[in-house]
Amino acid sequence: MSDFFSIFDFALILSALRLTSPILLAALGGLLTDRAGIFNIGLEGQMLVGAFLGFAGLYWTGSAWLGLLLGVAGATALSLLFGLWVIRLKGDPIIVGLAVNLFAIGLTAYLTLPVFGVQGSYDDPALEGLPRLFGFSPLVYLGALLVPALWWLLFKHPFGVRLRAVGEDAEAASEAAVHPDRIKFLACGLCGVLCGLAGAQLALSLVTQWVQGMTAGRGFIALVAIMLARSHPVGAAAAALLFGLAYAMAVRLQGIGIPPQFVSMLPYVLTIAVLVLLARRLRNRPVTT
Amino acid sequence: MIALEGIVKRFGALTALDGVDLTVERGTVHAVVGENGAGKTTLMGVLGGIVAADAGTVSLDGEPVRIASVEDAYAHGIGMVHQHFRLFRRLTVAENVVMGREPRRRGGYDHAAAEALVDELGRAHGLRVDPRARVGELSVGDQQRVELLRALHRAADVLILDEPTAVLTPQEAEGLFGVMRELAGQGRTVLFISHKLREVLTVSDTVTVLRRGSVTGVRRASETDERELAGLMVGRAIESAYQAPDTPAGEPVLRLEALTARGLKPLDLEVSAGEIVGVAGVAGNGQTELAEAIAGLRPREGGTLTIAGRALSDATVAQRREAGLAHIPEDRYARGLAREATIAENLLMGTHRRRFRLDRRAMNARARELVEAFDVRAGDVGDRAATLSGGNAQKLVIARELAGEPAVVLACQPTRGVDIGAAEFVHAQLRAARDRGAGVLLISADLDELLALADRIVVLYEGALVGESRDEAELGLLMAGAHA
Repeated sequence: MSDFFSIFDFALILSALRLTSPILLAALGGLLTDRAGIFNIGLEGQMLVGAFLGFAGLYWTGSAWLGLLLGVAGATALSLLFGLWVIRLKGDPIIVGLAVNLFAIGLTAYLTLPVFGVQGSYDDPALEGLPRLFGFSPLVYLGALLVPALWWLLFKHPFGVRLRAVGEDAEAASEAAVHPDRIKFLACGLCGVLCGLAGAQLALSLVTQWVQGMTAGRGFIALVAIMLARSHPVGAAAAALLFGLAYAMAVRLQGIGIPPQFVSMLPYVLTIAVLVLLARRLRNRPVTT
Repeated sequence: MIALEGIVKRFGALTALDGVDLTVERGTVHAVVGENGAGKTTLMGVLGGIVAADAGTVSLDGEPVRIASVEDAYAHGIGMVHQHFRLFRRLTVAENVVMGREPRRRGGYDHAAAEALVDELGRAHGLRVDPRARVGELSVGDQQRVELLRALHRAADVLILDEPTAVLTPQEAEGLFGVMRELAGQGRTVLFISHKLREVLTVSDTVTVLRRGSVTGVRRASETDERELAGLMVGRAIESAYQAPDTPAGEPVLRLEALTARGLKPLDLEVSAGEIVGVAGVAGNGQTELAEAIAGLRPREGGTLTIAGRALSDATVAQRREAGLAHIPEDRYARGLAREATIAENLLMGTHRRRFRLDRRAMNARARELVEAFDVRAGDVGDRAATLSGGNAQKLVIARELAGEPAVVLACQPTRGVDIGAAEFVHAQLRAARDRGAGVLLISADLDELLALADRIVVLYEGALVGESRDEAELGLLMAGAHA
């Protein structure tokens, strides 16, 4: 038991912050589309494409920054495709989101062999990931800064107020000379950028490698963070931190001899526990703030 | 002057507007009245940029204009306040009012300026609302003020109000009439859709009557009366006088003995076969609670309830229906109908628990019979109930409830929000149920309705029955709590 408590130290907190970052970035993206009236379950797929293209960019150019750019571009393209389907072609967002996720899994798995010449995963010690500033990738800082920034955008800027209005009643918004489709597209675009960053943090900083399906449900955990926070950026950050801590504990607990199969379940068990405990609150969705 | 000439609008085979002319003087309150489906809202939609007319012209002060969108309408100073508000409930009052034209400061949203603006606008027009309040937390009356403020903020000189009093309390409606008069006094023009003739005569200068897409009359409010307008609306004289039953009341079919439930004091009440007992009272004095207690939707706290001779104090809704209780609920969409179900399915509900499988053909045939018999104007019995207008939705509920020839009819606000023609039909059906030998308990906030229908009228005040009368003045006193 003393082994168990020994994992709670400063290093755990640092590790938790790093692991929080991808969940937080994806959650911030997803809450933007949610506020605009699109429940976006495609976060996972967008993140996965961000991670794949991010690492492929590094592999091709040798620059993690160019990789980051490519990952963001790919995730954004996928998110805009999702937007086109849902906003213009009026597809059901849940079904289209599922399609995005399955498409991303299939595409990245298929491309692993032609791009890296191997199957499953690829890793090259010569490739260098994103630089670290005081132990953290710049994306960790960016995520932290985006929390107040998005709060300001949503509540203290006309764009955000319009976005929330569109999310509530697009038709009424259009009568007030606000263009709902334009705002929804912008929200999808921003969501794609943020999911691309989340994927890049996974493949270019937490590890520097590509592993098939490496998002491992983080996009869905981000979705849970959005629901818990009722799409409020500050709440989403708190929820993401909780999940980040669970991931960090999982990593550390493996080090003290608890079977890794159990330990890896931790974030997911936590997700289910939180969903069950807060079921009543979640049922009362439509956000009020 | 605002002039619409020769407006024609067709929806498929239906001609909603058939060459309508409407002339409105600026600075007046002009009412457009008619039954549901007469084309009032469609006509106003043409002026408000929501409906594109198939033919006809709109001109403002002699200049022909083209109004193709809501934005166009606002560009010409015309704003419409819909019956169902188009507000953002999660946003504040100020955010709603300035939506689309937000004041900015240093790149951000200038909430202080928006709030000051709403305050000022409210003061100027007698429409006080807290600009920081979240709209979803406001009363319906206040929400309507926000709609008005928004229209005024967008510089509307001509305000179109679609059935603005349908959702208001009498006091709120009074307040709104004051605002309408004041706006007209400031030189603005108020167009006002309604089918409540009393309020139309109170507040408007001129009245245009529509019936089935055509104008049947234009009158100055000071030179007409309710009877004439009602005649123009339905195309014939309206029969509203009380008709006593041909045969005296029989045995009691509904009996409450010291029945209590949350919100009700112990009540004693008897309704006999072949009589209509009216329950009068100011809204909120226990009407809903009484109806729910009888229908089995509110648990009993004491006393007994007997329906058609059977003691059913704690019976389920199904058992009460089985015993012969029909319930026409006050909120037809919450309790009377399933909007997403078809008309045929709605007609079947509550009667289909004996068999395992639905016989679609029999169900549709039966539905067609009932739709015909109860004059529900519907496309097809396979259409969703949501496609029906308010009056027809109510007829649908009544068709289902009365078709089984129930022993007891509990009718709650049966004509609320329906037009004169449909109300008359509902009244005829309730009278027919009585004459057939049913006991009818009619709960209504409309005293005129009670006086026209009920053989006896009791008064609910603060959850208790405080007296019985058929005299309007005495009823008024009882409703106000002046115990006789």
